[in-house]
Amino acid sequence: MAEITLNSLAHTYSDNPTKPEDYAIREMQHIWHQGGAYALLGPSGCGKSTLLNIISGLLEPSDGEVLFDGKRVNELKPEERNIAQVFQFPVVYDTMTVYDNLAFPLRNIGVPEHKIRSKVLEVAEILELSDQLKRKAKGLSADQKQKVSMGRGLVRDDVSAILFDEPLTVIDPQLKWKLRRKLKQIHEQFNITMVYVTHDQLEASTFADKIAVMYQGQIVQFGTPRELFENPAHTFVGYFIGSPGMNFIDATVTEKELSFGTHTLPLHPLLLKRLQDMDAQQVKVGIRPEFVHVWDGANDDAFLVDVDFVEDLGTYKILTFNFHGILMKARLSEDQKVPQGKAYVSFPEQWTKVYVNEFLVEVDHD
Amino acid sequence: MTKVENNKAWWLVMPVFLIVAFSAIIPLMTVVNYSVQDIFDPYTRYFVGTEWFKQVMTDSRLHDALIRQFIYSFTILAIEIPLGIAVALMMPTKGRGASLALILVAIPLLIPWNVVGTIWQIFGRADIGLFGAMMAELGINYNYASEPMHAWLTVVLMDVWHWTPLVALLCYSGLRAIPEVYYQAARIDKASRWAVFRYIQLPKLTNVLIIGVLLRFMDSFMIYTEPFVLTGGGPGTSTTFLSQSLVQQAIGQFDLGPAAAFSLVYFLIILLVCWVFYTTIMNMQKDK
Repeated sequence: MAEITLNSLAHTYSDNPTKPEDYAIREMQHIWHQGGAYALLGPSGCGKSTLLNIISGLLEPSDGEVLFDGKRVNELKPEERNIAQVFQFPVVYDTMTVYDNLAFPLRNIGVPEHKIRSKVLEVAEILELSDQLKRKAKGLSADQKQKVSMGRGLVRDDVSAILFDEPLTVIDPQLKWKLRRKLKQIHEQFNITMVYVTHDQLEASTFADKIAVMYQGQIVQFGTPRELFENPAHTFVGYFIGSPGMNFIDATVTEKELSFGTHTLPLHPLLLKRLQDMDAQQVKVGIRPEFVHVWDGANDDAFLVDVDFVEDLGTYKILTFNFHGILMKARLSEDQKVPQGKAYVSFPEQWTKVYVNEFLVEVDHD
Repeated sequence: MTKVENNKAWWLVMPVFLIVAFSAIIPLMTVVNYSVQDIFDPYTRYFVGTEWFKQVMTDSRLHDALIRQFIYSFTILAIEIPLGIAVALMMPTKGRGASLALILVAIPLLIPWNVVGTIWQIFGRADIGLFGAMMAELGINYNYASEPMHAWLTVVLMDVWHWTPLVALLCYSGLRAIPEVYYQAARIDKASRWAVFRYIQLPKLTNVLIIGVLLRFMDSFMIYTEPFVLTGGGPGTSTTFLSQSLVQQAIGQFDLGPAAAFSLVYFLIILLVCWVFYTTIMNMQKDK
């Protein structure tokens, strides 16, 4: 059981890094609290696995510290850190039975055989492997193998955290869901810190209480799935979370308002003041397709736009429209009237976010 | 869908059949032909049935050679396989060292059999050979030309020197094929160095080891050149192995009938032992 702190952590694979791009992990400050279920979400190559391997000790960070419960563990090898890690491809010891596989980590630290037995049986029960215990691990299916490799992490009492590196990649879709639920149950039962690396937003949000979104070696936002959806802290989060992703429009700050194209957007005075103070150059306005309001007829707030096409996705439709040369999307509910040719849309202020240099700018409204 | 009967497809296997016929079956049939007849000249021959086989099976000289042969083959397997694995485990995996090690290890494999025999013949002599001189310095009266045990050990040593690299290279390639993630998982499971070898490396090496064992068994079971060059099968009969006996019988005494019968028995023994090895190893891996 441990709280994992990453203190000014950075990592590079290059020998003499000069620019931020040379870093696989850019300097970060982060805390994984004891007992949390976390997901580390990001596209391929953003540094997720690197970060995970640094926590488990398979990789030594080039800068900064990893702390377990406040104690520096940089110099400790993986075997000294009491961490369990489940890899993308299931690792089982082929020649051993399932029982021996599960018992392996305990035998390595010299636990007496009767204790091993009760622990292995308990974990096998939870993972629904009880009837497979006498089989050779080699003959198991991919999902069973992955359960065995998870089980090897669960048998140890001393485990501070379990790290999952895209563990469901090789599992069939219908089993994925079952295994993910299993993981969730295990988390509730054992109260172990779990960090789950994935590039699948659905996987992340069903598993984790809080998600850390990684992009170009940085954690750009750490929050609940709902926060990531409603209030993306970075344009990448807006784009990566949600389907389809957030709409973005380049904008400029003027004296009274925010303008894009020939249109303007009224802003909260405090936010406007802040933007003006920042002398912000790269400004973007973002709004989720779910929050774009499509009206049935003209009204004062609505802009008239050209409809490009409408995709029917079963329970809802996605309307793609052209707003001053920028293609934007809006989500229509099933029973909503589908606009033909032209449409009236508006952007509710509450859901219209302003980004400067890709990061969200916010003010306290109260 | 109904299956279409088309016997013309057999023509497609014809080329393979012809090649195998000319390369293996027809030559083998010649031997079978000799083994059941007493042939004096192209026009004079008598069918003798299993006569030659009976003679071969009861020949005590051949029995001795067979026993000698088995002891020899199992000795070199018992040395070369573990030694080859050990060498492979010690070889560097990255950088210049890796290429250098590969070249050094592969050198003995490039030397022809009779040259290996000659090298050791000279190397082992106390008057002009380094190894012989070294043994003499150590106070060991090493002389392969007069001591049967020394001759036998020299042949074993020669083979180990010549062929352990083959096993080592096979294992090296097998080890390189193990994904890094297995080692990472083992570290997380706090596995000892021995456990990593026993439960990860050795199981993953099974396939290359099957090849290694079979190749080394067949080759060593047919060993001819090295003892022939070293001492011509002596001193006495200490290094007269099966092929040596066969050659003596076929070419030395020109007893083609018994020699042919002997060849077939020899062939069947190799086939049988390989089959036993193969099925044993495969069964060891099976899911119980």
